[in-house]
Amino acid sequence: MLPRKMLDKLGISSPDELFREIPDKARIDGLNIPPPLGQIDLEREISEILSKNRTMDDLPTFLGGGVYRHHIPPVVQEILSRSEFYTSYTPYQAEASQGMLQALFEYQSMMTELTGMDAVNSSMYDWSTALGEAALMCHRIRPGTRFLIARSISPERKAVLRTYLKGINASIDEISFNPSTGKINIDDLKSRLGEDTFGIYLENPNYFGVFEDEVDDISRTIGDRPFVVGANPLSLVLARPPSEYGADIVIGEGHHLGTNPNFGGPLLGVFGTRKEHIRKMPGRIIGATTDMAGKRAFCMTLQTREQHIRRDKATSNICTNEALMAVAACAYISAIGKRGLVRLVSDNVIKARKFAKMISQIDGFDAPIFDATHFNEFAFRSPIPNDNLQKKLLSNDVHGGIPLDEGFPELENSMLLSVTELHTEHDLLAFKAALEAME
Amino acid sequence: MSYRQACYDEPLIFDLESEQFCGDEVLKDSPLPETLRRKCLNLPDLPERDVMKHFVRLSQMNFSIDTGFYPLGSCTMKYNPKINEHIARLPGASLIHPNQDESTVQGALQIMHELENMLCEIGGIDAVTLQPAAGAQGEFTGLQIMRAYHEDRGEERKEVIVPDTAHGTNPASAAMVGFDVVELPSKNGMVDCDALKSVAGRNTAGMMLTNPNTLGIFEKDVLEIADIIHDCGALLYYDGANFNAILGKTNPGKMNFDIVHFNLHKTFSTPHGGGGPGAGPVGVKKPLDQYLPVPRIVKNGTYYSLDYNYPKSIGKVRAYLGNFAVLLRAYAYIRSLGPEGLNEVSSRAVANSNYLKTQLEKMIDLPFGGGRMHEFVLSGEKLKSKGVRTLDLAKRLLDYGVHAPTIYFPLIIDEAIMIEPTETESIQTLDRFAEIVHEILQEDSETVRSAPHNTSVKRIDEVKAARELILSYRSLKEHERKFKSHSS
Repeated sequence: MLPRKMLDKLGISSPDELFREIPDKARIDGLNIPPPLGQIDLEREISEILSKNRTMDDLPTFLGGGVYRHHIPPVVQEILSRSEFYTSYTPYQAEASQGMLQALFEYQSMMTELTGMDAVNSSMYDWSTALGEAALMCHRIRPGTRFLIARSISPERKAVLRTYLKGINASIDEISFNPSTGKINIDDLKSRLGEDTFGIYLENPNYFGVFEDEVDDISRTIGDRPFVVGANPLSLVLARPPSEYGADIVIGEGHHLGTNPNFGGPLLGVFGTRKEHIRKMPGRIIGATTDMAGKRAFCMTLQTREQHIRRDKATSNICTNEALMAVAACAYISAIGKRGLVRLVSDNVIKARKFAKMISQIDGFDAPIFDATHFNEFAFRSPIPNDNLQKKLLSNDVHGGIPLDEGFPELENSMLLSVTELHTEHDLLAFKAALEAME
Repeated sequence: MSYRQACYDEPLIFDLESEQFCGDEVLKDSPLPETLRRKCLNLPDLPERDVMKHFVRLSQMNFSIDTGFYPLGSCTMKYNPKINEHIARLPGASLIHPNQDESTVQGALQIMHELENMLCEIGGIDAVTLQPAAGAQGEFTGLQIMRAYHEDRGEERKEVIVPDTAHGTNPASAAMVGFDVVELPSKNGMVDCDALKSVAGRNTAGMMLTNPNTLGIFEKDVLEIADIIHDCGALLYYDGANFNAILGKTNPGKMNFDIVHFNLHKTFSTPHGGGGPGAGPVGVKKPLDQYLPVPRIVKNGTYYSLDYNYPKSIGKVRAYLGNFAVLLRAYAYIRSLGPEGLNEVSSRAVANSNYLKTQLEKMIDLPFGGGRMHEFVLSGEKLKSKGVRTLDLAKRLLDYGVHAPTIYFPLIIDEAIMIEPTETESIQTLDRFAEIVHEILQEDSETVRSAPHNTSVKRIDEVKAARELILSYRSLKEHERKFKSHSS
């Protein structure tokens, strides 16, 4: 019902009169959706549906592959719950939006520190679309028809990359990995490099959690072709920043810095590049400047790359992004702090090693299957087909890792297992016990 | 005037001092071998108390819907009901991993499947994917479907028609999918059917249209437009950015569109998060459903599963199934409003817009006259004679504790001022906004030109930002060092 005052002012007796322009043939007669629910019923009904899920609290879960559950300090949730942040829009009016702008500038600063890049944008949708955009950006830097990727990347991201490359009619070529170490096969890389190669992408640590330790050789081999490195930002707390080995673009997933898995969304696509390529970069960028009184201030900058100014000549169509997730990452890194991060990431690496060792002690199970330095996840092989294994694990109230044989038929009966600081000794033992019961 | 935004001289978090300095010796405890290790890392290391204070201060220097009126045209800044936030944070929603076995995420799949069905009904379409992460990604997805459709028929159609009033994402998305963009000049703020006929043809893959358009005008010839496009074998794409204006009154299906995207963060009230996350589900009519991204959520009896077996699918447009936490909020919003509630949304949104328009058009020109839907665009062209531009008016509005409208868009209006009040604002708020605009127009031009005065910083030098490109703490420090050595 409209207020009387409004109807009078508009000179109408019913709001229907405001919709006169809609042709009769296009009108609809009501919506066939469920009737409205009050707050009590709404929460009850949705809670009941959600109770059909078995959460990561309900059963120890060893899934990673890009989405991880790390501990979120309550202070991070408190910061994210500030509705001044989460109910604001893109900071087009910079003077009234300094809080968001400064938080995003700080996010950019933390990510440039971790990646070693000169500029990191204030977010892509997720790692996979960051990869798609990175490939398109490589194509702007150096035209070509073939994009080279390591086979040891996430199949999920590879699928998205394929969709993004359609617009430039480019193909994907895969560099094999060494079957015993899981590391990139440099000879294969050499043989596949060609004049038509417009970019190279690898992940470090790769999808199997394996660190590439010959990155300097790889970088020399690639030469001046655009080099894209994908990395879990947490790994970069300890590992060399990709800038040190010649990366032109660094991408990654950052949702686990401060937000929960949320069934895979929203996520946070990290995207950074070197100074010389900044103008070819997609996405929103925050810069420092001053106001009329000379006081330090922040605003969105280089907007002439973006769709609302450049339209079909823009570097990307991205508009809405994952800004709040970037604030979360900033708050998370601040809350945990440098010392805390080093400790946390180290603990994750050590726990994964310990877990692999526990599993390998069981006859017939091999973990990790690759002989290399791992991050917080690793591939393991069992004598049982994955479908069967997962079912049996679930019946023991444990959730296994991501089955690897769909994306990698050569890795039969293998799973990617991931651990974080939230996995207790009890969780690891529960997994081990479930395997032992299958022997 | 009594408004003052909080104003702290809040240092960058990197510059907040800590009692216990944390050097790089901590990196020596790394379990990684020497060759893989980084040697230095500059990140803050502060007590929780200081971290909380820092971010609360920043938040207080940020305008938001919860702070005040936010009539940003085309962005649909409506209030975000808190029950939806509460629901999205339930552990049953937040603590599930996208790679979990189907059998363990039946609740999540049920919510998504039901949301797909409700969006089908609201949009008048046959099938929906929830995968796209935002409106622009919805466009990307829809245009990939358009491309796949033509390729499947053995046709190579290269052109996508976009009106000159369209959002910038439309031409940008078309270009990303490999199409050439044909910009269609509008006539009296609407699509000119004769002009359309002259550009539509055998090379046309499709047309993208927002209805009501970005001027807030309903394209009343939409059925004729659809006929023109379909007659040449092309598809009609609905940009759902302005769906708030038509909820329950008409739908893209009835208007003969073939492909639709929804902006859940606009129409269905999920918070904008300072720029994201959003969600941009895409709906299609049959037989285009065979091209939708995989996996599709299918229901057999009461069991939900993921089906990848769609050989003509365009593939994946992002990882996993979509921005689930956003989808859940939108689901809760639709369930709480029901059919009548959604119908009232558009009634009130359009009434609020026209109510405010009748007051403001007396003060500032409204090009093309007449009624409007959920938003309207004024032209600040004549303000120039008072020595004031649209930008100045926008900045001065901030001084009164309201957000500025969208400005300088759409491009076809000189000095454009694009206002969308949304349905969640009261008559009092709208009246007060009109009063504020009236007051500003009486003020001396210098006060307006030098605005804002009451925000945490004064007018910002954006040109300098683009020239100096200080994009991180590291480059800020380098810049300061350079500046110091110059001045000494």
